[in-house]
Amino acid sequence: MAATADGAGGDGVTRRDFLEYAAGGMGAVGAAAAGWALIDNMNPAADVLALSTTEVDLEAIEPGQSITVVWQKKPVFVRRRTEAEIRDAEDTPLDSLPDPMADTDRVQKAEWLILVGVCTHLGCIPLGQKDTDEKGEYGGWFCPCHGSHYDTSGRIRKGPAPENLPVPPYRFLDDTRILIG
Amino acid sequence: MRNRLIGAALAAALGLAVLPGAASAAGAGPQPPEREWSFNGIFGSFDRAALQRGYQVYREVCAACHGMRLMFYRNLTQIGLSEAAAKAEAANAFVVDGPDSEGEMFERPGKLSDRFVSPFPNDNAAKAANGGALPPDLSLIAKNQAAGPDYIAAVLTGYADPPEGMEMGETQSYNMYFSGHRISMPPPLFDDLVEYADGTPATVEQMAVDVSHFLMFAAEPQLEDRHRLGVKVVIFLLVLTGLLYALKRKVWSDLH
Amino acid sequence: MAAPKFENPIVRWIDYRLPVFTFMHHEMHEYPTPKNLNYWWNFGSLAGFMLIVMILTGIMLAMHYTPHVDHAFDSVERIRRDVPFGWLIQFIHMNGASFFFILVYIHIFRGLYYGSYKSPREILWILGVVILLLMMATAFMGYVLPWGQMSFWGATVITNLFSAIPLVGEHIVSWLWGGFAVDNATLNRFYSLHYLLPFVIVGVVVLHVVALHTHGSNNPLGIELRGKQDSIPFHPYYTIKDMFGLGLFLTIFCLFVFFAPDYLGHPDNYVPANPLVTPPHIVPEWYFLPFFAILRAIPDKLLGVVAMFAAIAVLFILPWLDRSPVRSARFRPIYKQVFWLLVLDCLVLGYIGSQPAEGWYIHIGRLATIYYFAHFFVILPLLSVFERPRPLPLSIGEPVLGGGSSPPAGGGGAGAMERA
Repeated sequence: MAATADGAGGDGVTRRDFLEYAAGGMGAVGAAAAGWALIDNMNPAADVLALSTTEVDLEAIEPGQSITVVWQKKPVFVRRRTEAEIRDAEDTPLDSLPDPMADTDRVQKAEWLILVGVCTHLGCIPLGQKDTDEKGEYGGWFCPCHGSHYDTSGRIRKGPAPENLPVPPYRFLDDTRILIG
Repeated sequence: MRNRLIGAALAAALGLAVLPGAASAAGAGPQPPEREWSFNGIFGSFDRAALQRGYQVYREVCAACHGMRLMFYRNLTQIGLSEAAAKAEAANAFVVDGPDSEGEMFERPGKLSDRFVSPFPNDNAAKAANGGALPPDLSLIAKNQAAGPDYIAAVLTGYADPPEGMEMGETQSYNMYFSGHRISMPPPLFDDLVEYADGTPATVEQMAVDVSHFLMFAAEPQLEDRHRLGVKVVIFLLVLTGLLYALKRKVWSDLH
Repeated sequence: MAAPKFENPIVRWIDYRLPVFTFMHHEMHEYPTPKNLNYWWNFGSLAGFMLIVMILTGIMLAMHYTPHVDHAFDSVERIRRDVPFGWLIQFIHMNGASFFFILVYIHIFRGLYYGSYKSPREILWILGVVILLLMMATAFMGYVLPWGQMSFWGATVITNLFSAIPLVGEHIVSWLWGGFAVDNATLNRFYSLHYLLPFVIVGVVVLHVVALHTHGSNNPLGIELRGKQDSIPFHPYYTIKDMFGLGLFLTIFCLFVFFAPDYLGHPDNYVPANPLVTPPHIVPEWYFLPFFAILRAIPDKLLGVVAMFAAIAVLFILPWLDRSPVRSARFRPIYKQVFWLLVLDCLVLGYIGSQPAEGWYIHIGRLATIYYFAHFFVILPLLSVFERPRPLPLSIGEPVLGGGSSPPAGGGGAGAMERA
């Protein structure tokens, strides 16, 4: 079939080739652009992104107390640590940790520990926010799903979880308010 | 012959397309005068200063009775407010949130992610406070009226004394452009009712046009994206179609 | 048609086991097509393209839409305002419905003009009418989903049509609704069916194409292919012609999507559905207006509904109403005139459907309705007997009769058309 169509002579073939490549290339670009619109369509929408930061008022939290706030649909643990808890966390030798990280690298102000409360093993929410909760062998948090123990810096100490509880990006707006995200 | 065929196809398509236009025009009252809007036309865009003035009119005048539940405070950055200014606007509003740990609802300052706070908690409260008439939500009014922003501006400036012999209800006013002419909204605008930050004289006409401009934005905040992308897409398609036509001629040329 | 030789060894390997490439080569590449098809033959492939566009954009919209009476309207507005490219996809889908109908209506009238429904293409035609019916059902249910005033009241009025059925009408209507009125249950089932039916349409389109490829396309002369000289391979000739038509169509379509997205819609659908307030002037979408006019033309509720459905059903038996052996209107001097009268009649019906049912509009609507049915039930059968067709050319290759017989009057048009 192509033979009959191409039989227009040397000059015609080059012109036709050019037109084919140009039209084909533009068509491909157009299809790709349309495809991108469909793919981008599944990204988070503006109303979702508008909720991507969470402001937390710290004023009402007593030493030793924790609150859970929601940031990007995930629980965030905000803990006002006691002097003893801070000392525990700071005095732990790094070489005894599965995922070594100094406590000072995990907090901006030693009193305030901010953590994403999602176990790094398989995504359960660890216990330890309420006074009545089991806090695990290291006085921090304990994940009931598969028995991971976290310390008072939110670092993994025992159990299957591979990493420490992550610290979300946050900053102090003033002495009593933080902005997470 | 070919041209005639294509012409006929387009005419048929457009002939069909004209029908709904005819439908919506039927039975309307006096046509609102057409105004020049910067957002009309394929290159049209919003006038940021007019949007901000219009928002000021909405907030200081209309918002006493009319909600805009599809608008968020974050949309204010799109009319040219800085993020800090938009946050301040949001913080002026009291948003009902909760329940708190005691199970009580509480009020807090608004955030960018909050919807515009409506003046009434629900439609029945709005009716009760307005003599039985429901002040419509204004989010989409520029789209759900056939004449759009022209209609809004016309109604806002269309108050007059009723013609002789026309009985008006106690809470009704005569309006030239409102369907049925009896409108339950008293004339909302008076000269110098608001004080524009940019010093524009706040005549009734100016405020009506500004708030209509803002309401068009509220009805379609992505209008400018639509125009910008549309120009690119149509130019792209014209070039591509031209190439395809040349290629079609080339491919078919050896048949004749 | 010898099996093609494929150079690529992977293609060869697959084709030996599953001959998809042979199939594609046969049906899309070498498929012999009459060489004289004009641009009216572009609309079938355009409609097929539009079906794919509607399915793709619909799948994306379904990811963001919430089928609940309390959230449907706002979820559509959220798509337009906050979802990335949501406005674009929603406007393409919304306007796409209208343009899909424009394409299909032109495709149907092309079939009417050139007698494409005649033997041996009756089943091809009937499958096309089935597609039209499925499209109408899909479009109607899709229009309900944004849950605006026109959505709600359109749904109420159209579902109430079924109450005209004697004895069981009321039961059928409440069964359709799943309640005492159009409500959440109705919205949910319409959403479910609106997602399902397009894939049914795809299935019928496949059958439509199979039927088409069995005897090949009709052509503007309406005569059989006499040999190889009358046909050309589908590729590259009609692929490039279809692509050019697609480019032109997309340009016009995009002008609407980007610069007049609400032109074909109704402003009342930007008002959330209110079951207690009917808009003063309910009209269906433009593509239903002619049928709406037929419904209103008849003062009896049941007969009106019957007439409206009959207006489409008559197309099913059209191949047996028009018994003329000549296909193309080009050689049927009287049919050519009544064809254009039918086009005009449908446009009049569409206009009447858009106007309030009062005064002269009622009388014009009735006359137009009578003419519509007279066209099919009276004029076409009579023409089959009394019309004297012009002499047909012997073949597509020689549109002018050989052997000194008189050429068709105005036959120059046929010659020019052939090159179109």
